[in-house]
Amino acid sequence: MTFSPQLEAKFAKMLTNYPPGRQRSAMVPMLLFAQDEVGAVTQEVVEEIARRLGVFPLQVEEVLSYYSMLHRKPLGKAHVQICTNISCLLNGGDVLWEQACAKLGIGHKEVTADGRVSLEEVECIGACSWAPALQVNYDFHHNVTSDKLDQILESCGKSN
Amino acid sequence: MLYNEPSPLETKVLTRRFGLPNSASIDTYVANDGYKAFEKALHMDWKAIIEELKVSNLRGRGGAGFPTGMKWSFVPRDSPKPKYIVVNGDESEPGTCKDRVLIENDPHQLIEGVLIAALAVNAKAGYIYIRGEYRYLIDIMDKAIAEAYDRGYLGKNLRGTEFSFDCYTQSGAGAYEVGEESALLESLEGKRGIPRIRPPFPAVAGAFQCPTVLNNVETFCAVPAIIRDGGTTFAELGTPKNGGTRLFCLSGHINKPGVYELPMGFPLMRMIEEVGGGIRGGKKLKAVIPGGSSCPVLKAEECNVAMDYDSLAKAKSMLGSGGVVIMDEDTCMVKAAMRIMRFYAHESCGWCIPCREGTAWLRKLLIRFHEGMGTRSDITLIGDLAKNMLGRTFCPLGDAAAMPTISIVEKFRDDFEAHLNERACPIHA
Repeated sequence: MTFSPQLEAKFAKMLTNYPPGRQRSAMVPMLLFAQDEVGAVTQEVVEEIARRLGVFPLQVEEVLSYYSMLHRKPLGKAHVQICTNISCLLNGGDVLWEQACAKLGIGHKEVTADGRVSLEEVECIGACSWAPALQVNYDFHHNVTSDKLDQILESCGKSN
Repeated sequence: MLYNEPSPLETKVLTRRFGLPNSASIDTYVANDGYKAFEKALHMDWKAIIEELKVSNLRGRGGAGFPTGMKWSFVPRDSPKPKYIVVNGDESEPGTCKDRVLIENDPHQLIEGVLIAALAVNAKAGYIYIRGEYRYLIDIMDKAIAEAYDRGYLGKNLRGTEFSFDCYTQSGAGAYEVGEESALLESLEGKRGIPRIRPPFPAVAGAFQCPTVLNNVETFCAVPAIIRDGGTTFAELGTPKNGGTRLFCLSGHINKPGVYELPMGFPLMRMIEEVGGGIRGGKKLKAVIPGGSSCPVLKAEECNVAMDYDSLAKAKSMLGSGGVVIMDEDTCMVKAAMRIMRFYAHESCGWCIPCREGTAWLRKLLIRFHEGMGTRSDITLIGDLAKNMLGRTFCPLGDAAAMPTISIVEKFRDDFEAHLNERACPIHA
């Protein structure tokens, strides 16, 4: 399988970052970047990365199952990750989480029927001083209020 | 960009360029003393670089507080193996969001710190490991690295000398445990982030089993100022054995949460009242986590403490990663303990049994207790289980889960008692 020319260029550069014989080092970022493009770490992606790094597919699966951002099934186009860890909790992150579940009618790591939005209750995302916080894919939203959350979820629901 | 207003009480060393137009660009950096320390270090003896670091009393900002100069001196400089510099930007300790602002606003300061470390230990390559969630920072860092290559601050024969150095970013993909140095090295080698048994320490066998300097983002960011202005100048900003300033991340029930650069030894109560503008809603203080969720919690009456490694150790807590979480009088400490334990149970890799089983049992016990289904003997059981994890795990994750739990059970027993005979949390209806 091949990825987009931009990602292929990125991977080609990445493989030169490590000492000779240490190309396996690219595995974690390769899995994440491939997932961003393909939508999930499919069996095809696992086998392709294994082939490129000279390891068994099982060794890729072993790594894949460890990292919480990597997933084998596609998530929504907008993956909404709400932090409920301590600093966000103290600022109502848990209430926002319940609001999002109720509004979308889905729970943790679930996707809406139209495939547009998915939800995940996440651990600390490093926005503690601007809590409560969430990420839509890689974009941070700080000091989220109930109204702001509604707006974010509505715009996610409309996105293509 | 900055997400909170700076405070007039700040001492700006690492954050001095924050807020300047295009503060992340190499032009702004070079126009404001950037890479001067590197140019100076290029003509210093490596021993003199490490000596400045020792004089500066800089201690690791990731949490452990190990003296940086000493850490660098452990690298066998004459070893035939290549040496590496690895930056720990896997910031994921709950309450901590400082490395994020350092990379976002001044990525070249980090590159310069890495270059000086490379000169000190004779390294030829460096990896800046950034947690996967911080994708935009990886882009910022990649851009800064490309600029540095263009301007001759990275690459071959830098500034007309024999010294050559290459620098790369490396993305994580979601794992708190990878913030532990040996787990980070495993991840960098394309494996699960399972900690290594030490010794050997990374200084001897780190990245690719070669001698490695591994420090937190903020630690490297302090290095240029130390070399430029001298170790003594940096040391004098802080307290004895706790040199310089550090970034504190104020969060929780506070009027002006934010990331602030303050001298080491800054009084905690002053930090809360004057820097942070006091407790929100005029409420009373109940508890403070002084350095990220793994630290033992301080009761309000224990908060007359100076924020440096030694003073907090004396107060039986830790300065940790600088995440200061403030909790007001209406906070349910059982709920806080429960949420913190849910986190550690989620992040435990399962490699060693005390942590895997301990965090899972404590999570279940604390959830049940918070729901009002606990018994009096559970209170003792929670403390006992946590104490049984202490010092019995390969990596500090077990201790990180145990320490806040033990302190909350011991210091806030009333909150636990209040949950007995209730159907649900009596503090949060």
